[in-house]
Amino acid sequence: MNKLLSVKQLRISFRIRDTFYAAVDNVSLSLHKNEILAIVGESGCGKSTLATSIVGLHHTNHTKVEGEILYRQQNLVQFSENQFNKLRGNTIGFIFQDPLSALNPLMRIGEQIAEGMIYHARLNKTERADRVLQLLEQVGIPDPPRVVRQFPHQLSGGMRQRVMIAIALANKPEIIIADEPTTALDVTIQAQILDLLKELQAETQTGIILITHDLGVVAEVADRVAVMYAGQVVEEAPVEILFGSPKHPYTRSLLKSIPQANEKQGKLEVIHGIVPSLMKLPREGCRFAPRIPWIDDSAHEKEPVLHEVEPGHFVRCTCWRHFDFQEEVQLT
Amino acid sequence: MWKIIVRRVLVMIPQLFVLSLIVFIMAKQMPGDPFTGLITPETDPNRIEELRQLSGFYDPWYVQYYNWMTNAFQGDFGQSYTYKVAVSNLIGERAFNTFWLAFVSTILVYVIAIPLGVLAGRYQERIMDKTIVLYSFISYAIPTFVLGLIFLFVFGYQLQWFPTSGTVSIHAERGTFEYVWSKFHHLLLPAITYAVLGTTGIIQYLRTEIIDAKMQDYVKTARSKGIPMNKVYSRHIFRNSLLPIAAFLGFTITGLLGGSIFIETIFGFPGMGQLFVSSIGSRDYSVITALVLLYGFLALLGGLLSDIIMSIVDPRIRID
Repeated sequence: MNKLLSVKQLRISFRIRDTFYAAVDNVSLSLHKNEILAIVGESGCGKSTLATSIVGLHHTNHTKVEGEILYRQQNLVQFSENQFNKLRGNTIGFIFQDPLSALNPLMRIGEQIAEGMIYHARLNKTERADRVLQLLEQVGIPDPPRVVRQFPHQLSGGMRQRVMIAIALANKPEIIIADEPTTALDVTIQAQILDLLKELQAETQTGIILITHDLGVVAEVADRVAVMYAGQVVEEAPVEILFGSPKHPYTRSLLKSIPQANEKQGKLEVIHGIVPSLMKLPREGCRFAPRIPWIDDSAHEKEPVLHEVEPGHFVRCTCWRHFDFQEEVQLT
Repeated sequence: MWKIIVRRVLVMIPQLFVLSLIVFIMAKQMPGDPFTGLITPETDPNRIEELRQLSGFYDPWYVQYYNWMTNAFQGDFGQSYTYKVAVSNLIGERAFNTFWLAFVSTILVYVIAIPLGVLAGRYQERIMDKTIVLYSFISYAIPTFVLGLIFLFVFGYQLQWFPTSGTVSIHAERGTFEYVWSKFHHLLLPAITYAVLGTTGIIQYLRTEIIDAKMQDYVKTARSKGIPMNKVYSRHIFRNSLLPIAAFLGFTITGLLGGSIFIETIFGFPGMGQLFVSSIGSRDYSVITALVLLYGFLALLGGLLSDIIMSIVDPRIRID
C-alpha cells in the first residue's frame, strides 16, 4: 500500500488564558492512496481541529502543533504559510461543512472554482474556463455554462456542495480532506453527495480523509475508520471489522446509540455523562473511564496505548476486555 | 438592475409629494408674506394689499400649493426677502460651491478611511491597529471649529500654503485654468479639515467588518485553495467588508451636500450651510422652504443612491 500522508504523535493545543490545552493528543494516523479514511467522534473530540491543522488552516497565534505530519518526506508541522500555499488547493483539497457560508457570496461560481487554478496550474484564461466547465460536469451539475455565471445564493444546498467538491478537485489533488461534507445537507442530498465522493475517488485514486460524526456516512463510504474520543484515537480498524466486532467501550456505545428503523425502540440508547471540556480533561489514565464507572479501575491501563488486537485493528486501553453494558446507571 | 432603479424612483414620487406638502403647510404657518422684504417706510399699505391680491395670497391653500409646485418644477422658488434675488440663483451659486467641496471631501474621506480601516482590521490588536483606533477617537473628539481654526492658522496664516477664505481668487478670470485651479486650491483646506474629522465612522465600521469577515468560512475556503493572504484580503475579505460602507455612501454624499456651517463659517466659504443658517436668522422664508425641500429631496436621493450602489455590489439584492 502506498502511504500518502502519515501523522505521528500529533499534539494540537489551544491557548486558554496563557495555558496550552491539548485538543488533539498523541494522534497517529496514516492515509493510503485510493482510500477513504473516516475520522468519527462527537462534537469537541478534536476531529475538525486535526483536519484543519494538517493543511495549516488553524489560528497560528492561539494554537500549538507538535509532532509530525509527513507528506512527501516533508514535515508539514514546520511549514510556513507560503509553503502551505503551494500544497493547499493543489495537491491537498479541502471540502467544508456548510457550503453556503463556505462560498464567497459576492463571487460568481466560475470565478471561485477558477481561483485556485490561477496559483497552481499553468493554464491560460480560456483553458481555465474550460476546466471549470469540465469540473462542474464531473460533479454532476446540470447546465454548467449557466452555473458558472451564477452566485452561491442562486444554487441549492446540494449544488453548492457539488461546487465545493469541484473547487477541491480543481487541481487534481492527491488528498482531499472533507470536514463534515454532508452535515448541512438533508438526507437524500447527503446520499447523492456521498455517492459522488465515492465515485470521484474511485475515478481519481485520491486519498480522502472524511471527518464526520455520522456513523451512517462511515458505513456507506469509508474503507478504514478511526474513532476519536477526547482528542485521542480510541479505536482504528477497517470498516467491516469496526462495525462487525467493535471493541472499545466508546465505539460500542456509539454503535448502540444509533436508532434502528426496523425495530421499535422504547428509549434511545445514550452514552452517560458528557465529553469533558478541554480544560477539565483527565490527562492521565483512560479518558473514557469516567463514563463507564461500573468498570473497575484495575481494568484500565495506567497509560493507555493502542493495542493491535488483530491485524489492522487497534484499540486503546484494556478496559474493553472487561466492558459490559449496564442498564440505568446513575452518574454523579 | 434597471427594474430596481425604476421602481425605487417611482417610490420616490409619493415621498416627494408628501414632503412638499409638509414643507408648504409649515411655510404657510409662518408669519409674513412674499412682500415683507419689499416693504420700506415709503411703501403704501394699499399697494401691498393690491400686490397680495394679484399674487394669489388669498387663494385657497390648494390653489396656492399648486402654483407653488408648478413654479418649483420650473426652478422658480420666488424671491429671497433679504437678498432681493431669485432663490434659485441664490441657491444655485452656493450649491455649486458646496457640491465641489462635498465631492473633494468625500474622496478624501474614503482615501484616508478605507486603507486605515483595512489595516486596523487586518492587524487587529497590534500596534498598527491601536494607533489607528487612537487617531479615529481623537479625530472624533475634536470639534470641527477647533481643528478648522488650527489648520487655518498653521497652513493658512503661518505657512501660507492655502488661501484663508472665499472660493476663488479675485484675480482669476473665469474659464481659464488658473480659475479652476484657484477654486480647487480654495476648497482644499476646508475639505482636508472635513476629511480628517469625518473618517471615524468609516474606519471603525470597516475595521469591525474586516475582523468579522476574516473569521468567515469563505475565507477558510479561499485559504484552502492556496491563495496568498494578500489576495485573500483583496479578493474576498475586502469586498465583503465594503458592503455596509457602500450602503453609507449615498447618505454621506447627500449629507455633505447639506453643507457644514462650521467649516463654511471658519473658512469664509459661501456654501449651503451658511445660507441655510443665515436665512433662518433673517427669516428669509422663501429661501428656507426651498432649502428644506431641497434637503428632503437630497435625503431621498441619498437613499436611492445607496440602494443602487448596494445592488451593484451585492448580487443577493439584485432581483431578476
